[in-house]
Amino acid sequence: MNLNLLILIPVATAIGIIAVKGLPRVRMVALAGALVQFILSFVLFFSFRAERASGNQDPFVFTQYYKWFPSLNINYQIGVDGISIAMIMLTAFVVLAGVLISWRQEKWSKEYFLLLILLSTGAYGFFIALDLFTLFFFLEVAVIPKFLLIGIWGSGKKEYAAMKLALMLMGGSALVFVGLAGTYFFGGQSFDLSSGAHITMDPDKQMFFFPFLFVGFGIFTALFPFHTWVPDGHSSAPTAASMFLAGISMKLGGYGCLRAATWLMPEAAHYYQPLIIGLSTIAIIYGAFATLMQTDLKYINAYSSVSHCGFVLLGIGMLNETAINGAVMQMVSHGLMTALFFAAIGMVYDRTHTRMVKDIGGLLKITPFIGTVFILAGLCSLGLPGMSGFVAEMTVFMGGWQNPETLYRVATILACASIVVTAVYILRAAGKTMMGPLVNQEHALFSDAKWNERTAAFVLLTGILIMGLAPFIITDIIYPGTHVLMDKIASGASITNEIELLK
Amino acid sequence: MPDNFFSVMQFELVATVIMFIVLLLRLGKKRITGDSLLLVINGLLTINLLVGFFCNAHGSLFGDMFFSNPLICFQKSILNLGLLIISLQSWPWLKNHHHTAEFYIILLASLIGMFFMISAQNMFMVYLSLELATIPLAALANFDLQLRRSGEAAMKYIISSAFSSGVLLFGISLVYGAIGSLNFEVISIGMSANPLMIFGFVLIFAGFAFKLSAAPFHLWTADVYEGAPVAVTSYLSVISKGAIVFVFITILYRLFQNIFDTWYQILFLIAVLTMVIGNLFAMRQQNLKRFLAFSSIAQVGFILIGIGGNSSEGLTASVYFVLIYIFSNLAAFGVISLVSTLTGKESISDYKGFYKTNPLLAWVLTLALFSLAGIPPTAGFFGKFFLLMAGAAQDNYPLVIIAALNMIVSLYYYLRVVKAMFMEENADPIQKLKTGVSPALALIICVAGLLLTGLIGGAYEYISSIV
Repeated sequence: MNLNLLILIPVATAIGIIAVKGLPRVRMVALAGALVQFILSFVLFFSFRAERASGNQDPFVFTQYYKWFPSLNINYQIGVDGISIAMIMLTAFVVLAGVLISWRQEKWSKEYFLLLILLSTGAYGFFIALDLFTLFFFLEVAVIPKFLLIGIWGSGKKEYAAMKLALMLMGGSALVFVGLAGTYFFGGQSFDLSSGAHITMDPDKQMFFFPFLFVGFGIFTALFPFHTWVPDGHSSAPTAASMFLAGISMKLGGYGCLRAATWLMPEAAHYYQPLIIGLSTIAIIYGAFATLMQTDLKYINAYSSVSHCGFVLLGIGMLNETAINGAVMQMVSHGLMTALFFAAIGMVYDRTHTRMVKDIGGLLKITPFIGTVFILAGLCSLGLPGMSGFVAEMTVFMGGWQNPETLYRVATILACASIVVTAVYILRAAGKTMMGPLVNQEHALFSDAKWNERTAAFVLLTGILIMGLAPFIITDIIYPGTHVLMDKIASGASITNEIELLK
Repeated sequence: MPDNFFSVMQFELVATVIMFIVLLLRLGKKRITGDSLLLVINGLLTINLLVGFFCNAHGSLFGDMFFSNPLICFQKSILNLGLLIISLQSWPWLKNHHHTAEFYIILLASLIGMFFMISAQNMFMVYLSLELATIPLAALANFDLQLRRSGEAAMKYIISSAFSSGVLLFGISLVYGAIGSLNFEVISIGMSANPLMIFGFVLIFAGFAFKLSAAPFHLWTADVYEGAPVAVTSYLSVISKGAIVFVFITILYRLFQNIFDTWYQILFLIAVLTMVIGNLFAMRQQNLKRFLAFSSIAQVGFILIGIGGNSSEGLTASVYFVLIYIFSNLAAFGVISLVSTLTGKESISDYKGFYKTNPLLAWVLTLALFSLAGIPPTAGFFGKFFLLMAGAAQDNYPLVIIAALNMIVSLYYYLRVVKAMFMEENADPIQKLKTGVSPALALIICVAGLLLTGLIGGAYEYISSIV
């Protein structure tokens, strides 16, 4: 299948949105675009499986190659492996749900949907890019729509949050740029990622450039201590933008850490491994305890995102196959789950006009659908078996435990323990807002979820349940992908040992 | 007369002919004024631009004083393009001006000076044409005749440029004293790191840094930009600066190649200083013209990094960046000039709520600012990326890191304007403006340019092929 469609359809949708007038038409165009993309992601999934079944064992399939700036050896190069397909499907799910949730976006609807679609274009392009320049291009394409989405349609201290997010993410891109320049000049004057397995950089250079690349991408995925944009950004953003931010945008970072930083510079990854694991464990624990203190539903989910994305970095940092599989699954799972959670919070907020836990209570009786969705999202977040969160986190823990050294064991145990804290804040928030007595009698008049909200929740829940109940569907395509990456990542260990021996 | 006289000097001749046509129009018995005059002039400038595309002469004249090749032709075409855009943008301002023809005569004189400067192969020629390019600009800066600050800007400009010319001339004379020739070829062979020559070099460098408004020689910039009419400000910040960049590269790469180690150190310091100072001052500006003045100082810092690459990539990236910079800066100036001409408002806080009343103009300004900040998919992203890549090839990573961090700072102040336009309320917003055909055309050219020059790799590849 032609991967360019994944970029062309959002672009066509964006042009369509510009062309039409009025909310009803704009949202129909946006929905049509998101639906086509959703279907396309399934087509991609099945054609990828067919391709593999027919014996195509290339690391990347459906590759395409166009010269862009040949004199600098910069090319527009795209292709997918199992990991990117998982991320693309996640994006398609979240985008569809996000468009549905924004169905009644009255203020400047045209611009709103336009920016949402542009943001998703950046994400799709990022996940299919096989050239670091293309990758970087799309990474930055996805930054600015967030600034406008939060700043214009947000709530609370939206301008501050928008500016903070844009500057921190831009800072991340700036660091990524330095890392990219390093890989270009010391990795054979090329940005080609498809032959990543063959790029060998001098270990000394890796030690210098790896932190730039890893921290740069890490900022996108809330690497401690660069996570501070997450709570402000997520909680000020309008519902769909929060879903996109936490569901898709944070995954760009995890994907980049894995695909660009760790894969291209395995020696340095092993060298900095204790640091990565230390920081991600801090993020997990700190995120969990910080969530305990929050009283605003969006802040609760935002801080818990910091904690959950810590699992992604922890999995990558463990540098073994199981843990990295777990990290990829955690990215998908967290994307679906947090999007669902933000959607549920958005539904509550649209009715109550407050997000403070203390002002809401007993909604399950009045709006059973919203209440159920809210509780399900919470349960997935705390890792209930049968849902995606359990599968993903379990895989990370299993991978983590494979590392025999004490530090990694301790990190794994601490990360496991954080689940208890997660249970505390999730159950407390869900119990207080959904069950118990009605806090405000006006809330008794609320209507339950509309069709668009139901459909959005249904889409995301389907994803979560499929992944939780039949994880093999998704792991079948992820595992071979990480296996290819591991061939090179594992080779980094020996050289690092040699360096230590020499010292 | 040599056979290739007409082809090698094509740009200068065409511009001179146009200048005389405008002069004759002014002198004629039947005075043409207003729209019809502007129509004729803009038509001539369009022809000027189009004719330039057919030039690929390669040769030299006047005993190697004047030289042309496809790259130089391309650089001149960039300037022509910028001039046309500025001319289209200033239509509403010049329509009711009493001295429209004079404006163009002086403008073209300055442009011809720049053409000679780019083609120069001799320090004498460089100096002469530099003066031809700058002195008319002082007259132009004073072109809002009734405005006091316009006169002040002209005064500041003429004094500072006279001073910098003096410094430059002193440098040239020292180099001449040490080597005994003004010819580029001879100087480049004879150049070595002895103190006299280095002193000469430093003075020449400082002279050009003045004209480029690189820190610490930038102090005249903001005042002149603010006081001069917007059309002149954009000419100063885009065309004049672009031409100086082209000459500066030639001089560094050819004349002083032998003392690369020396000039790289200086360039490194000046680049860092220029970026940091430009960015820090830009953050605090309220007047949009001053704001763009400081932002253009910061942009020069980035260009200097690319020049520091000392390679054909560095040259390509710099020329490419100037092309993109013309589109982005002129798009920004276009909107500001429109607003300033029609309402007189120039402050950032006046732009609050601008999106509600003028959505299209707000988007154009936003795109332009994104391009200046280096955000994809605008061309500025590609321009900055390639400049920094060229700089990184020198293995000077501290410089690249400083530049990358500066991009964050610059994003902050560009976003401040975007924030004002889109997110803030205003009790007294700028009214819905009637753009008019020709400024709209100019903006369309700019927007098309800043969307396409990057995404379609052709422009960069073309420059790279002729470098």
